[in-house]
Order: sequence, then structure tokens, then C-alpha cells
Amino acid sequence: MPPETASPLDRKLERGGFDWSKVVLNGLLPLAGVVVALLVGAVFLLLLKVNPLTAYGALVNGAIGTKYGFMMTLVKATPLLLVGAGICIAFRANVINIGGEGQIIAGAIAGAWIPLAFSSLPGWALVPFSCLGGFAAGALWGFIPGILKARLRVNEILSTIMMNAIAVQLLNIVLQGVLMDPEGVARGTFLAQTAQLPPQSWLIRLSPPTLLHTGALIALAMAVLVYIFLWRTTIGYNIRAVGLNPDASRYSGIRVPFYEALSLTLAGGLAGLAGVIEVIGVQHRLMPGLTSGYGFTGIVAALLGGLHPLGLIPASVLFGGLLVGADRMQRAVQVPSALVTAILGLIVLFVSGAAIWSRRWAAKRRISAARGGQS
Amino acid sequence: MKSRRLTAIALIAVLFAAAAVAAPIRIAVIMPSATTDLAFSQSMYSALLSVQKDMGGESALVLKHTDNMFNVPDAAAAIRDYASQGFDVVIAHGSQYGSSVQEVAKDFPKVTFAWGTDVNTFGLSNVYAYTAAAEQGGFVNGFLAAKLTKSKKVGVTGPVKVGDAKTYVDGFLQGIQYADKSITVSETWTGSFSDVALMSAAAKTHIANGADSLTGSSQSVVGSIGAAKDKGGILWFGTQFEQTSLAPALVVASQVYDWTAMLKEIIAKRKAGSLGGSTYVLTLANGGLKIAYNPGYALPAAIKTAADATIKSIANGSIKVQP
Amino acid sequence: MKNIFSLNVISGILNTMIALATPYLYAAIGEVFAQTAGVVNLGVDGIMLLSAFAAFYVALVTGNLWLGLLAAAVVGLLMGLLMSFVSVSLKAEQGVSGIGLYMLGLGLSSLLFKVMIGTVKTIEGFKPVELPLLSAIPFLGPILFRNNILVYAAFLLVPIAWFVLEKTTFGLKVKSVGQNPAAADSLGINVDRIRYVSVCIGAVLAGLAGASLSISLTNLFQDNLTAGMGFIAVALVYFGGWSPVGVLGGALLFSVVNSFQLWMQVLGVNIPSGVAVMLPYLLTIVALCVTVNRVRQPAALNKPFERGES
Repeated sequence: MPPETASPLDRKLERGGFDWSKVVLNGLLPLAGVVVALLVGAVFLLLLKVNPLTAYGALVNGAIGTKYGFMMTLVKATPLLLVGAGICIAFRANVINIGGEGQIIAGAIAGAWIPLAFSSLPGWALVPFSCLGGFAAGALWGFIPGILKARLRVNEILSTIMMNAIAVQLLNIVLQGVLMDPEGVARGTFLAQTAQLPPQSWLIRLSPPTLLHTGALIALAMAVLVYIFLWRTTIGYNIRAVGLNPDASRYSGIRVPFYEALSLTLAGGLAGLAGVIEVIGVQHRLMPGLTSGYGFTGIVAALLGGLHPLGLIPASVLFGGLLVGADRMQRAVQVPSALVTAILGLIVLFVSGAAIWSRRWAAKRRISAARGGQS
Repeated sequence: MKSRRLTAIALIAVLFAAAAVAAPIRIAVIMPSATTDLAFSQSMYSALLSVQKDMGGESALVLKHTDNMFNVPDAAAAIRDYASQGFDVVIAHGSQYGSSVQEVAKDFPKVTFAWGTDVNTFGLSNVYAYTAAAEQGGFVNGFLAAKLTKSKKVGVTGPVKVGDAKTYVDGFLQGIQYADKSITVSETWTGSFSDVALMSAAAKTHIANGADSLTGSSQSVVGSIGAAKDKGGILWFGTQFEQTSLAPALVVASQVYDWTAMLKEIIAKRKAGSLGGSTYVLTLANGGLKIAYNPGYALPAAIKTAADATIKSIANGSIKVQP
Repeated sequence: MKNIFSLNVISGILNTMIALATPYLYAAIGEVFAQTAGVVNLGVDGIMLLSAFAAFYVALVTGNLWLGLLAAAVVGLLMGLLMSFVSVSLKAEQGVSGIGLYMLGLGLSSLLFKVMIGTVKTIEGFKPVELPLLSAIPFLGPILFRNNILVYAAFLLVPIAWFVLEKTTFGLKVKSVGQNPAAADSLGINVDRIRYVSVCIGAVLAGLAGASLSISLTNLFQDNLTAGMGFIAVALVYFGGWSPVGVLGGALLFSVVNSFQLWMQVLGVNIPSGVAVMLPYLLTIVALCVTVNRVRQPAALNKPFERGES
């Protein structure tokens, strides 16, 4: 690869704005991938002697057909949006963050510990305190792989995978020790969960009886903030420059390792925030199984959204809807729940494969634009 | 003409009566792990299937299930969904579902909710709570292990020492102490409910250290049973579900959670108009917990008699097992 | 505590280490092939699961372990073709397509298990084969030379993979495709074909890793049998710096710490089990930090190749 001069890099970086035809295409292609995956899934359904139309009807109806379903879709979209926004930052710096699961857990532990330890604080203080604490814990969980990569060139895929496993054990330790529900100890049930958090630390339900809570708004705001951060600040510019061309960035004086570590730290922080919000927004206590794979599906949502925080908003709603609708489908036609996982896997595979047409189309346009410019 | 009309009326009346009798009870169950786990979830699912069979099949009991709901908000959505579809009984088979049941049950006062394992009905008249005194069967298993071990070393494997796994193991330890104080017990906890390979390695480690009797709780202990089976000459004590099928030569006994009586009572109570409000505890005394001896294992008669006596003492309260 | 370094314990630790390392060896060496050719396959765990099921099911139904092994390899190959099609032909973002493959394998294996078997069952897996003479060596003999055929094969795979990658034209092509696909292309190497073959080799080995779990190590199948082992295998590739020997080192380190912590628990060393279980993950990171690791990753890793770009 010939060393690029700074100016084309600059130009490439400035192109952060909206190109509506691109947006439409990038929106339609994933949908096409979803449709193809559902067609393959229909074969499974037929083999299980289930009418695919009934099943998929239930899927759509479950995700958007009822108020409760749609609100549930938004509840599922919330952690996806937060984790995905972090993934956008990391991937823009060309850092692969597989550590979302661990970072969510780290954030959740802090986000449960703070309300339990400071239960006398009023809600207006406790909620931001918990959120900040969770963000910090997640950021720490991202910072460790980040600094190891920056200082010792330890590959972040390795370290984030290991940090996930460590976080799971940490959760086990606190739930059978310091944070175990005293009532469970007293009653002899010894359940792996904390006491219920003090009610003033709960996020407000926006539309009871649905689970939708103000965390969805926090997530939305964070996505916009990440967009501003990446495209409107110097640090964001440097992060993207590092990702696009580390060599050129180094020549132009950008401290590449610093921005790699920073991007992982921020990604961890956002995943940590997702963890807190699951705890104070939905579950109101800490228990195992809270990540629900968001650390991985967040990556999928981020790529679906074109690694753009604003594109991520519809992408996470779409993916959240798929998760909710697929569960509804399982209940309606009584297929094994494992089928849901398999179909989601197919969707991820085909959606990631469909992106080729978006790139081909963009390349064609670049070539024709270049020709137009020359004439 | 008149008589014909009468027969027609009579016929219609009979049909209505038949329909009233035949209106099946609709039950939905939500479980945290797979219905095939040979442990906690399968114990409930197979109990429901057997109740369905006893009542006369699909026409008497419509059963729907959702398994692998380890994520609580997903489970909450499932609980609410089944309740809003007009199911008569919604069973939330996981202690982590408590808050969700509490919330949904208030919105659906005509639906019966059953959840466990816990003892809290939240003061709601349409919620049953249920739990199993796992420590009691643990005690019996521990007693048997102490009587049967030759090396005086016993191994315990499990995922994380919480909940059922903890109460079972605590009971097991008390049973060993009760029978023979000279026995050493070592425990390994793998930190994972699904890591069968590590569980198998843990069992092999116990065996290499000289243990000849093993037990353990959770869906991943099947790995330990497999490892014990490979070695041969090792004894296994099961819990939650009848585990003899995995290793017919070495399972001595299993503590079996039998939910059928409880389920039948809940159904009967609901028909009689009582939607909830009480708590069930499976114990050796009420027959909810059973010690299923493996008929294929030649248990010495003296030890079996002693074990049965222990069961009786626990049941009548003369032996107290701490959870 | 004092008996933790007795001969019995040390041989026990080494025995368990070898058993635990086997699936990691297959899966991680397979991933070395894929990554050397420039493709990150994060879906190893999914391949392992589906192949573990296939091996177990075929062995259960036919009673023939070798047919089970074959089924695992075939399923691995099919999953490899799917991964290659999406990641090489359609040039998908590899991190994402791998996650898709993982979810597909996880879901499909549980689904088939539920529909076709229905409950946990055990089979008679591969039996240990004593190598004559060698197994009579004091201390090490029983540890190293009383294992089953899948264990021997896993360790034999290390020199074989090294030879293929370092000493054959095919290995050279794999490397060139991972380092500089454009240059390889201009030399007349079919980049896509080499990547297909490499990913498929990796997937077949991941399939054998699954089989080594279900018909040799645990002799059963259960939902999510791998419990994330495939991801650890991917991490070990980075640990080993894309070399089969390095991967061997990583797999042995990870497994020896894991078997060590089990022994600590069994011997009643006073350490919370959660901390003990954490040790292998923690020490793998620490080991990589203290050993200077300056191996450059394949330059085109994680980058789809398109002619005329770059």
C-alpha cells in the first residue's frame, strides 16, 4: 500500500455527513438479508411441521403489532444501542472489542453496588451516581485490554475474550459473597442475586405496564453524543484517522496507541452503562444472565448501522424487534427456542454478506465521480 | 314430534355439559434452561407431561412451554404474554423470575401464577410459590455415600455454590457427618452451568485423588457422571432428576423432585375457585422429594434399611437438616 | 497444601492438562490456517457445537465412533463453506459473520438435540490406547502414552500443521494470501480459492475439536456443550502468534492452570472457587504480557480482498 499523504485522508475523514441515497440503500440491504435468512428459516419451520406464514406473522406481530411488544422492542434496543455506540468508536479506531459481555457485567456490578451501598441518597443523586459508576467500571474493563494493547501490543481479541470470562467469575464471586441478598441467606434459599435495589434508584417507567424506561432516552442521547464526538471533535477525528490509516496517522504526529486505548476504554464505558441501565431500569437487582449476549449482538447492531451512531438507532430497533418477535414466534407456534437462535444466526450471516452490494455500489459511484471530475 | 324435540334438547344439554367438562385447562411454563437438561427444568417439564397424561392428554390439559429463558426481561415478556392469552395457569420455573411474577400477577387477577423455587407469594391471592427442600435428599445421599465409600473420600462437583446447589450440598455434608465423621469431602466448583468438559475434568480430579463416591448438582454434572462411568468402580448420587439412565451401573440413588402432586393440587384448587396464596415445599415427608434407588445397583440390604430409616426420621422431624 | 507437589498430584495435573488441551489444539490450529490466510473466523464455537452434536448423534445411532468422527468433519466442512462463502465471496465483515455462524451453530445444535435425541444420553467414547514400550516409561509414560486416538492425533497435528505452513508451497500461498493478497493475486495465486481452502481446513479441525469433546472427553451431548471453548481457541491463536507451536504452548498453559486450580480445590487449598476458576484466563493474559510478543499479525487479517482495490 503506497503511503498516503495527509490530504486524501483528511478528505475521506470529513465525509461524515448524510448522503440520503446511501442511507436508503444501506437500510434496504440489511432488510434483504433478513428476508433471505427468514426464507432459509422457513425450511426449518416446514421441517418442524409449522406453517412459516403463521410463525413469521407472529414474529412481526410480536415485535411491532402490539403496544407491549413494540415497547419491549425498544427495551431490547436500549442495551444494543449503548453497546453498539461503543463498538462504533472502537471499530472506527480499528480496534475489535469482543469484550462487551464482560464490560456489561462490570458496569452492572458497580451499578447494583452503588444503590445498595448508598441507599439513603435521594433518587436524583443516586441515579446519576450509579450510571457514572457503571460507566467507570465498564471503562476500566475496556481500559485494561486497551492499555495492554498500547503498551505491550497484547492483541485485544485475546484480552477481551479473557476479560469476559474473568467478569463472569467476578459476578459469581460477588453474588455468592458480599452482594448476596441477605434475605436469601436468612431464608436459606441462597439465591445468586442481590437484594432488590432501593426504589428511588429505579429508572422511571415511561409507559406502564410495559417495561420501557428512561434508559432508552439515555441511550438515544449517548448515540447522538457519540456521533458528535466522532465527527465534530479533534479527538474523534484522530480516532477515525487512526482506524483508517495508522501509518499515515503516525507520520502526521497522532499518538496511535493512545487513541486505540482510549477507544477501547470508551467502548467499555458505554457497555458498562448498558449494564447499569439493565440493572436499574429493568431488573432492579443484579443476577446472572443479565448480558443476554448483548456484547455480541451489539457488534451486529453496530455493523448493521454502518458503524455510524445515527445509523445504529434504527439498526438496534430492528435487531431488538427481531429478538422480541422471535421469542413471540416461539410461544405462538411452540417451536423449540433454539430455533430462534439459529434463525437469528442466519440473519446475522446474511446481513453481513449483503453489505457487499453497498460497497460495490459505492465503488462504482466513486469511479464515475472521479471520471466526471477529470473531464 | 314432541319426543323428538325433547331428545334434541336433551342432546344439546348433554353436549353442553360435555363441553363444560371437556374444556381443557391451559397451562404455560417458562424455564431458565433446556427441557432436556436432566435437571431442574426437565424435572418440571416431565412432571407437567405426566400430569397431562394422567388427566387424559391434550383434550384435558393444553400445555405450552418456553425454555432457555435465562434472561429475566425476556421471561417477563413471556409470562405477560401467556397471561394475556388467557392461560389458566402460568408457571414461572425459576427463582430469578420473582419480581416479574409479582408485577404481572397484579395485572391478571384471574390467572393463577406459580413460581419457584422460593416461598414468597407477595401477599397476592393468585400466586402460588413452591420450593424443594433439597437439603433433605442431600442428607440421605450423603448418608448413603458415607456408608458405601471404601476410600473414605467423597467428591462434590457443582457450578456455583448458590441456591439449590448449595442447599443440596450442605445437606449432603450433614448426612456424611451424621453417618461417619472420619470421611473427607472435597468440593470443586467450576463457575459455569454449561461447562460439561470442566465438570468432567473436576470429577476425574476427585477420582485421581482417591475419591470413590461422587455427587453434584446442575445441568453440567452430567459431565461428572460421564467421567465416573469411564473410570468404573465409582459411585454416583444424583439430584433433581432421575439420573440412573446416564450410568446404570454406578448411580446408587437420585433425589428426584416430583412436582406432579403439587401440580395436580394447584389444578384442583383452581377448579374449586382458589387461585393462589399458598406455598408448597417439596419434602421427604409429603412425598414431593423421592429417593429413587437404582434397581440395577446391588445396594446391601442393611444399608438400604438404614437409609430408609433415615428418610423416615427426616420425614417425622427427628432428624433436622439445616438448609 | 504440602501435598500439592506430590508425584501423584503432578501426574494428575498433567493428565488432566492433556485431556483439556485436546479440543483447544484442534480448534486453535484450525484457526491458525484461517487467520494465516487473512480470515478471522469467530464462529469456531458454533462449528464445534454442531460437529459435536453430529459426532455424538451418528455414534449413538450407528454405534460406530469413526462414522461419528466423519460426520463431525463433514459438518465442519459445510460450516466452513458457509463461512467462506459469506466472508470470502461476499466479503462480509468477518467479526460479524463469525458471530452469525456461532449463533447458527449454537441454535441448530440445540434444536437438533432436542428434536432428534430429546434428553442427555451417554455413549462409550474412544478408549485409551496404550502405546507399547513408551507407556512403560516411568512417570511420563502413563501420562503421555495412555490416551485415546483423538488425543494423539491432536498433538501430532502440531508438527503436521507447522510443516504444511512452513515447508510446502501450499503453506507459502496461504501466507502470501494473508500478507499481501494483491501481490499474491498478481503472481497468479487464486486468493479466494486459497482462503476457501484455509477456512475449510480450519472448520474441519474445529469439527474434530467438537467431536473430541462429545465422543472422547465427555461422551455425551448437552446444550451449549462447548461453553465458549471456541472463543478461547481463537484467543489462543493470538497467544501463539499464528504458529502451531505457539498455539500448543498456549493450549498447554491454559489447560495446566485449569487442571491445577481443580486440584487446588480438591485438596482443599483455601482459595475461593471463583478466584480459582478465574486463574487460567488471568494467567493467559499475564503470560502474554511478560513474554515479549512482537509477532506481527498477518497484514491482511480481517480484510476482505477485492481485485483492483488497495
